[in-house]
Amino acid sequence: MSSDISNSGHKPDGSAKQKAPPVSQPKFWNDPKKRSLLFQVLLLSILGFVFYTIIDNTLTNLEQRGITTGFDFLSREAGFGIAMSLIDYTEASSYGMTFIVGLLNTILIAVLGIIAATILGFILGVARLSDNWLVAKFSALYIEVFRNIPLLLQIFFWYYAVLRTLPQPRQSIEFFGSFINNRGFIFPAPVPEAGFGWVTFGFFAAIVASWLIARWARKRQELTGQQFPVALTTIGLIIGVPLVLFLFSGMPLGLDHPELKGFNFKGGITVIPELIALWLALSIYTAAFIAETVRAGILAVSHGQTEAATALGMSKAKTLRLIVIPQALRVVIPPLTSQYLNLTKNSSLATAIGYPDLVNVFAGTTLNQTGQAIEVISMTMAVYLALSLMTSFFMNWYNARIQLSER
Amino acid sequence: MKKTLISAAILMTAMTGAATAGTLETVKERGAVQCGVTSGVPGFSVPDDKGNWKGLDVDLCRAVAAAVLGDATKVKFIPLNAKERFTALVSGEIDVLSRVTTWTQTRDTQLGINFAGVNYYDGQGFLVKKDLGLKSVKELDGATVCVQSGTTTELNMADYFRANGISYTPVVFDTNDQAAQAFDSGRCDSFTTDLSQAAGLRTRMQDPSSVGALPEVISKEPLGPVVRQGDDTWFNIVKWTHNAMLNAEELGLTSANVDKMKAESTDPNVKRLVGIDGPKGKGLDLADDWAYQIVKQVGNYGEAYERNVGKDSPLGLDRGLNALWNQGGLQYAPPMR
Repeated sequence: MSSDISNSGHKPDGSAKQKAPPVSQPKFWNDPKKRSLLFQVLLLSILGFVFYTIIDNTLTNLEQRGITTGFDFLSREAGFGIAMSLIDYTEASSYGMTFIVGLLNTILIAVLGIIAATILGFILGVARLSDNWLVAKFSALYIEVFRNIPLLLQIFFWYYAVLRTLPQPRQSIEFFGSFINNRGFIFPAPVPEAGFGWVTFGFFAAIVASWLIARWARKRQELTGQQFPVALTTIGLIIGVPLVLFLFSGMPLGLDHPELKGFNFKGGITVIPELIALWLALSIYTAAFIAETVRAGILAVSHGQTEAATALGMSKAKTLRLIVIPQALRVVIPPLTSQYLNLTKNSSLATAIGYPDLVNVFAGTTLNQTGQAIEVISMTMAVYLALSLMTSFFMNWYNARIQLSER
Repeated sequence: MKKTLISAAILMTAMTGAATAGTLETVKERGAVQCGVTSGVPGFSVPDDKGNWKGLDVDLCRAVAAAVLGDATKVKFIPLNAKERFTALVSGEIDVLSRVTTWTQTRDTQLGINFAGVNYYDGQGFLVKKDLGLKSVKELDGATVCVQSGTTTELNMADYFRANGISYTPVVFDTNDQAAQAFDSGRCDSFTTDLSQAAGLRTRMQDPSSVGALPEVISKEPLGPVVRQGDDTWFNIVKWTHNAMLNAEELGLTSANVDKMKAESTDPNVKRLVGIDGPKGKGLDLADDWAYQIVKQVGNYGEAYERNVGKDSPLGLDRGLNALWNQGGLQYAPPMR
C-alpha cells in the first residue's frame, strides 16, 4: 500500500499528465472518515451488547430466583394511607394511584420552591450590590451561611428544631381563624357558593382586558412616545373587577372554619409541617445560589450602560428595570435553569422527614410492599428525568426569546 | 433512600454474575457472617455503649456464626431500614436478614427470599399518651398516627381502620426510631408497631411511664430470619440453627451446663444435639459439633430471650406465645435425629 503511493510519487510529472495512473484507492483503514465510522460502529455495538447482557442477565436471574417482574402491580390495591394528597386517594386505590399522588406532591413542592427561591434569590442578589452597607452585608452573610450548610441539615433544622417545638393542637396559636401547631398550619377553606362563577369570570375578563391594554399602550408608545401606566391599570383591573362583582353578587363565598374536634382540627385546609419544613429549606437554600447568579448577571452588564442611562436622566429604579435587568437576564437564565433542576431533584430529600413525595411514597412504601425494585426505581428515575427535561426545555425556550435579536 | 438506590444498582450488577457461589462457601472464605439488622430496636438489635450489638435477632446471627465458623463473634452487622432490607438480602450484601421481619405470603413467594423460621411471635399494637385517657383503638377516630414506612404495620393499620370505619392520618418515617421520636414530641397522637418493638422503643422516650399501649392487638406478626431463595444448604443451616436453640432449651442445655452434659449425659437426644451421635453436621456441611458451639457460645433460645427481651432486660416481656410448646407457647422445633 505505502509502496504504491511512493511509486506513484516518484513518477515523472509528464507521464502523470499524459496518462492518469490507476487511481490508488487508499485501504479503508487508512481513510480517516471510514476509520472513524468503523470505530463508532464498533463502540456502539459493544455498548449495545453490554446493555443487552445486563438486561438479559437481570431478567433471567430474576426469573430463576422467583422474583415477580412486570408492571401488573400498578393495578393492584395499595392498601396503605398517605398523609397528604392533592387528588382523591384512599387505601382502596391502586399502586398506580400512589405513583400519581407522589408525583403531584413532588411537582407541588418543586413549583412552590421554585417560585419562592426565585423571588428571594432576586431580592438578595440585587441587595448584595446595594449601596447600603447594611443591606449588602446582610445579603452576603445570608448567602454565605445558607449556601454552605448541607441541605439535609437545613431540612432537619426546620423540621425538628423549629416546627416540632410548636405547641400541641389544643394549645394552638390562633389568629384570624387560622391555627398553627405542631401538626401544621390550618386555615379556613374558601367554599364558593352560587354566583361565585361571576367573580371567576370577572377575574379572567380582567386578565384579557389588561393584556389588550398593554398591547395598545405599547403600540401607542411606539407611535407617539406617550406612556401609559400599564402596571397600575393591570393591578387595578385584576383586583378591582372581581372585587366589585363579588360585592354586587352578595359575597357568595363561605368559609369552612377549622374546629378542634377530638384529636385534630376538622375542616379547613391543613398544610402539614413536613411540607412547610421542606419548602422553607429548599427555597432558602436555593435562593442563596440564585442570588449569586443574579449578582453575576448584573455585574456582567457593563457600567457604561448604567452611566448612559443616568446621563439620559433615568431614575435608578428605571435604570435597573429597563436597562440592567433585561440584559442581566440573558446571563442569568442558563445557570438559573440548573438551580431549578437542582431544586426539583433535591426535593427527593423529602423522604428524610416523611413528606409524601414520589420517593417517599412510590420508591419507598410501594417499592417495599411490592418488592419490585427495578420497575419502581426505573419509573421514579424516568419521572425526575422527564421533569428536569421539561424544566430545561421551558427555560431554553424562554432564554431564546429574551436573547438579543441581532439584525 | 440513597441506600435503596445503591442497593438497586448493586442488585442489577450482582445479578449479572452468571453463577454465584453458595452462601456457605462465601461465608467460610470471608470468615464472617454478614447479618442485616435494624438500626436500633432495643431487645432485638441495638448497639450498646461499647458498640457491641445486642438483641434477640443479633443472637440468632451469632448462633449462625458459631455453627458455621465455630466463633460467635465473627459476625458483621449491617444496619438496614425496612425499605432496604430485602434488596440488600437479594443482592448479596448480607447473608441473613434478622431484622424483626414479618413472614407474609407475598414476601415469601414473590421477593426471591425464604423465611427460615419464627424467632418471635408478635402482634401489632398502638402506643398512646396515658393522659388522653383512651381505652380502645376504636376511640382513635381522627387521630394522626406515626408509623414506619415499608412495613406490614402500615398495611395492617390501614386495613383495621378501614374495616372499623375509623378515619386517621398516617405520618410515615424511614425508621421506627424516627416514628417513635415523632410520637414522643407530639407530632402524632399514636404510634403503631409490633408490640415487642413498642416495648423497646418506649424505654427510650422522655417519660416512658406516661406512655401506654392500647389493649387491641390487631395483627399476627411472625418475625423470623430470612435468607435468599435458591440456596437450600444455607436455608437449612439458618433454619436448623434456630431449631437447635429451641431443642437445647427443651432438653435443658444451657451455655453453663453444656460442657458437663456433653461429657456426662446419657440421654440420646442430648448426645445427638452436641454431635456425639446422630446426623451430626452431615447434610448441613458443618462441623459435627455445630449445635454444641451454638449452645456453648450463644446459649439456648430461652437464655437469649430472657437476657434480651425477657425478665433480665429493661423490656421485661413475658414469654407468652414465645414459650416452648410444652409450656403453653408456640415455639416448637422438629426433632434432631
